[in-house]
Amino acid sequence: MTLSTEELLEGILDGRHRALARAITKIENRQDGYREIVSGLYEHTGSADVIGITGSPGAGKSTLVDKMAKTYRDQGLTVGIVAIDPSSPYTGGAVLGDRIRMASNVGDMDVFFRSMSARGSLGGLSTATADAVKALDAFGKDKVIIETVGAGQNEIDIVQAADTVAVLVPPESGDNVQMLKAGILEIADVFAVNKADMDGADRTVQELEEMVHMDDGHVSVTAGHHGMGVEADVDMPEKDDAAADAPEPWETPVLETVATTGEGVDAFLDTLQAHADWLAETGQIDAKRRQRTAEEIRTLLREDAGALVERELAAHGGVDALAERVLDGETDPYSIADEVLEPFVACVDAED
Amino acid sequence: MSQSQEERSIRCLVAKVGLDGHDRGAHVIARAFRDAGFEVIYSGLHKAPDEIVQAAVQEDVDVIGISILSGAHNTLVPKVVDGLKEYDAFEDTLILVGGVVPDEDKAHLKELGVAEVFGPGTSMEETVEFVRENAPER
Repeated sequence: MTLSTEELLEGILDGRHRALARAITKIENRQDGYREIVSGLYEHTGSADVIGITGSPGAGKSTLVDKMAKTYRDQGLTVGIVAIDPSSPYTGGAVLGDRIRMASNVGDMDVFFRSMSARGSLGGLSTATADAVKALDAFGKDKVIIETVGAGQNEIDIVQAADTVAVLVPPESGDNVQMLKAGILEIADVFAVNKADMDGADRTVQELEEMVHMDDGHVSVTAGHHGMGVEADVDMPEKDDAAADAPEPWETPVLETVATTGEGVDAFLDTLQAHADWLAETGQIDAKRRQRTAEEIRTLLREDAGALVERELAAHGGVDALAERVLDGETDPYSIADEVLEPFVACVDAED
Repeated sequence: MSQSQEERSIRCLVAKVGLDGHDRGAHVIARAFRDAGFEVIYSGLHKAPDEIVQAAVQEDVDVIGISILSGAHNTLVPKVVDGLKEYDAFEDTLILVGGVVPDEDKAHLKELGVAEVFGPGTSMEETVEFVRENAPER
């Protein structure tokens, strides 16, 4: 059964699971028509809260996500989940095991759980994750949760994809906490010390709190606080006359959870909600989404430009032939790059 | 990273249905599929047929490999098949059964829509090859 792009779009807006699932596959595979699908979905997005869950492997991300989904469902909300696991650098294959932990939501189709392979991406998400989230949003999910690949220090793509980022830290990771400082500490809107019933949890909470407070007054919690190079005050003129009551900065809370029993999950979700409210009240959500969209446009353009370059490469006899010429000592990579790009440069120059 | 062309990957659900707790075979096949470059979603143990259906629909898998060693295949497999039909997911999903299935039941399962039944002693290569050749065109 092959569904056309229109049928898929219609099916998604109609709330049909099969259409949503197939659309996500098309997006992942970059199959014909996927761009039309995503652009068709765009006007229906923006209503879901997008929450990112990240943390080291075995921190309890999947189990916590399961409990989160269950709690949201009890509140009458619908949930979409995208869970990413790593792919093999050798074969491209993957074992996607996050679904096993989804025990609390068995048989509940209003929790739409999708496993995704990172497909070689190194930032903790896959290239298609953001678009899959859009599909879930347009489908009408109230909450969309993104569970990243088990993260080390630098898997911080989640910042671009989610409105609120929670970083899970297992107890006894004192040394790791030191290492977390550079990358993951900066992206957390909420810390959860999961497995809080284990020894060492208190110490980890304490260390995280110390770290958060150490940053007080230094890390400005603004649109640019995730270090994506966007000035905080872009396009926020309404703040001009309100400078006196500048938005309260968000102080990253440190919570304790035991995902296996559900302990602390309610408080955790309340905190996520508080952050979402804060984003809305301070107008940060707009800045965040503007920044995200800008990045999306850039990524898309890079990809499209890359495809054009590939075509031009083929016209020059393919990259292998060119590499051969370099190896034969005829030329060098820089000259070839100049040569291949020449028509593009000419075009752009003509426009100036 | 410039990709104008598709990046299709075969997605498989390796499913343990019913009460038997023997998952060594499922693990081995999951690993073999991974090494063949497939994306494998493993269901975990003791799943009910509708959980498998839910997973298959949401994950939009090309292939479902059902591992049953309890002898309950004649009860469980039809339920999975019916569930898939309910979501229009039956036609373009390749259904495989692995486990200990008597010959007389094999014919019955195939009539239901199971593409192949793999018994003890089947080589990994054979299974992987079968999936490669028969994964549905979409």
